[in-house]
Amino acid sequence: MAQRISMAHGEGGELTHELIKNVFMKYFHNQTHARLDAAILPWNSNEIVMTTDSYVVKPIFFPGGDIGKLAITGTVNDLAVSGAKPVAITAGFIIEEGFSIRDLKEIVKSMALEAEHAGVQIIAGDTKVVERGSADGVFINTTGIGQLFEQRLEPDAITEGDTVIISGPVGEHGVAIMSARKELGLITDMTSDCASLHHFIEEVVTNVKGVRVMRDPTRGGLATTLVELCEDFRFDLELEESWIPVPDAVHGACDILGFDPLYLANEGKVVFIVEAEQAKKMMEVIKSHPLGASAQVIGRVKSCDNASGKLYLKTPIGTTRRLFRLSGMLLPRIC
Amino acid sequence: MNKLDLFSDHHLVRQSLAAVIEIAEAFKLEKGRMPVLMEVCGSHTMAFARSGIKQRLMDHVKLIAGPGCPVCVTDQKSIDAMIQLADEPDTILCTFGDMMRVPGSASTLMKAKTEGKDIRVVYSPLESVKIAQQHPDKEVIFLGIGFETTIPILALAIREAEKMELHNFTIWMTTKLVEPVLRELLDAGEVKVDGFLLPGHVSVVLGKTSYDFLMKEYQVPGVISGFEPVQLLTGMYKLIDLLHNQKVDILNDYTHVVKEHGNAVARELLHTYFEFGDEAWRGMNVIPKSGLVLKDQYARFDAKKKFNVAVKEPRKVKCRCGEIIRGLINPEECVLFNKGCTPVHPIGPCMVSSEGTCAAHYQYMREE
Amino acid sequence: MCIGVPAKVLDIQNEEALVDVMGSRMYVGTFFVPEISIGDYVLLHAGQAMTIVNQLFAMESIEEWRNILRE
Repeated sequence: MAQRISMAHGEGGELTHELIKNVFMKYFHNQTHARLDAAILPWNSNEIVMTTDSYVVKPIFFPGGDIGKLAITGTVNDLAVSGAKPVAITAGFIIEEGFSIRDLKEIVKSMALEAEHAGVQIIAGDTKVVERGSADGVFINTTGIGQLFEQRLEPDAITEGDTVIISGPVGEHGVAIMSARKELGLITDMTSDCASLHHFIEEVVTNVKGVRVMRDPTRGGLATTLVELCEDFRFDLELEESWIPVPDAVHGACDILGFDPLYLANEGKVVFIVEAEQAKKMMEVIKSHPLGASAQVIGRVKSCDNASGKLYLKTPIGTTRRLFRLSGMLLPRIC
Repeated sequence: MNKLDLFSDHHLVRQSLAAVIEIAEAFKLEKGRMPVLMEVCGSHTMAFARSGIKQRLMDHVKLIAGPGCPVCVTDQKSIDAMIQLADEPDTILCTFGDMMRVPGSASTLMKAKTEGKDIRVVYSPLESVKIAQQHPDKEVIFLGIGFETTIPILALAIREAEKMELHNFTIWMTTKLVEPVLRELLDAGEVKVDGFLLPGHVSVVLGKTSYDFLMKEYQVPGVISGFEPVQLLTGMYKLIDLLHNQKVDILNDYTHVVKEHGNAVARELLHTYFEFGDEAWRGMNVIPKSGLVLKDQYARFDAKKKFNVAVKEPRKVKCRCGEIIRGLINPEECVLFNKGCTPVHPIGPCMVSSEGTCAAHYQYMREE
Repeated sequence: MCIGVPAKVLDIQNEEALVDVMGSRMYVGTFFVPEISIGDYVLLHAGQAMTIVNQLFAMESIEEWRNILRE
């Protein structure tokens, strides 16, 4: 078999077949579905949840994961925070001519492994090869289908005093990626927190009632995610700055390069908004799961029925300031 | 706990706030008005807003943000020139991340990059020298902004390029110096300030004695201050204490970082390669000898001399960054603030720079 | 004006030092601090160590301030 991806791998001929057989089918184990152009899913419920996301992470391999693992966890988590159990995933690959087949195998293997861990099937796929320079190594698109958990979320019941919980420290993925890129000279032992969260989330929502809504604070970080939540569901929220868990190394990296940890990406965290009376019990359940062991209460819903929804941060000295979406992109600063 | 962490200890911050409020109130009682302090440095502006100290002290101390934000004071024409240079074939532009979104008259470096120009963000100017070494067939130009803290590092980059005998590395110098701009502000007499909170990190290079002119020639006191919450507050306390006791002095409240005579190695390197030059400050026009430029014998590293770039006078806009930089108005007094001008769509540089006064007001103090 | 961060010196080689800020590390230039030694804290700016941070003075200034607060 060839060592590198050539344009011919995307032409639909022998080489394409070889690629599908030796790389994708080998690891995804889905002979039945692969024989048809589309997968047939047994489904006896009308509560189908669907999501799609594309992955273009650079570098492709990073401490704690790779683009393949991320393409599974990212889509699994999008379903899970929507209150659904992921069932099946499709994967589309856009590969740059010249890409190493060994690396592709690594990526596909890690997708397969993560899918197995997560208990989801990869049921359909597609491969396109583009000319050298038209893509950066490999891009993956995944679409996920899930079924709603029995326990439903209640975003409309959000009320003043509801508690905000984050399942663990923020900024790990962002810093791991930054240091893996080696562009800024940053060296850390930080690994990405990239993980499938649905088993954890399912355990939480089925064991305690009162989860109003959840989000995974990926790109744009905790601040951007919560600003969006406030706007989408029209409530004001206040975070306590000193309660938000930030690992030392994330702090250090942010100090050096002039970033704010609240805007760094996470790939294995979930932020819950829960009924205040259930918060204590909820924390017990969350903390008993390895993915939530370092969870913290970080704030509360300040008021509801605000048409524009605002996010506030209470500083350790007791003053309050507003937080906004990440403006533009994160760039290292000297001033 | 790291010893330096004590400077952000919450309990100590709260106690310090109370002390500053007490002394500011004593000043108010005697003078019938709040003390007016100018924090010269943009990082102080940001630290005040971010920590919430500025908001907390709003009714006790009037804090005016000074001209010490290199992004905000970089002349629009330098951005325009860099964008023009990027149009040349086989050119790589390098810049600190800070400058990417600063509006020139028609575009930004970020937009130029999106359009396919080779513009690279570096953390250290020395990385741009490495890029020049790796691409001998290309011209590598570094956008040299900064005050006295950063300028020695630009000198170091020239030293590296000289050692490597590079012929394809230049710097577009648009550096700024603290003393000339403070003199300009004081001479113009537009801003009425009782005292200065002096920039901690510029002082690392300059040393405490470089501010003696404030005390001797202008009879204005100043305190060199650090950036952690407790340091901001002790600096303010000591400054108001001087004012209250009618003492004119320059104090160093950042002794563990700033030395009496600064960093002689850095200053020597600076004067090896650079000499004083007239500099255009955004919103303030040209201030004589307010920047550093390459000496004639190093003209080969001078992008302004090597490349023939003619840029037009920028069009006048309603942006009032010039007055904001000079401490004459608050961002809220500008008609564009939070209307046409936001961090996502900035019109003036004070909204772009994370340490710009407008950005600080937008991010940390805006309440609508 | 300029971001400056205290960083601990872990190792020194030629004109470069490996420094640590709370577990994040970086190689930085030491041209401006020829007197640098391992274990020092330095102030970092744009990839260079700009000065050596005097921990003793830091403690002293905190103590001095605590005394002012007590008055």
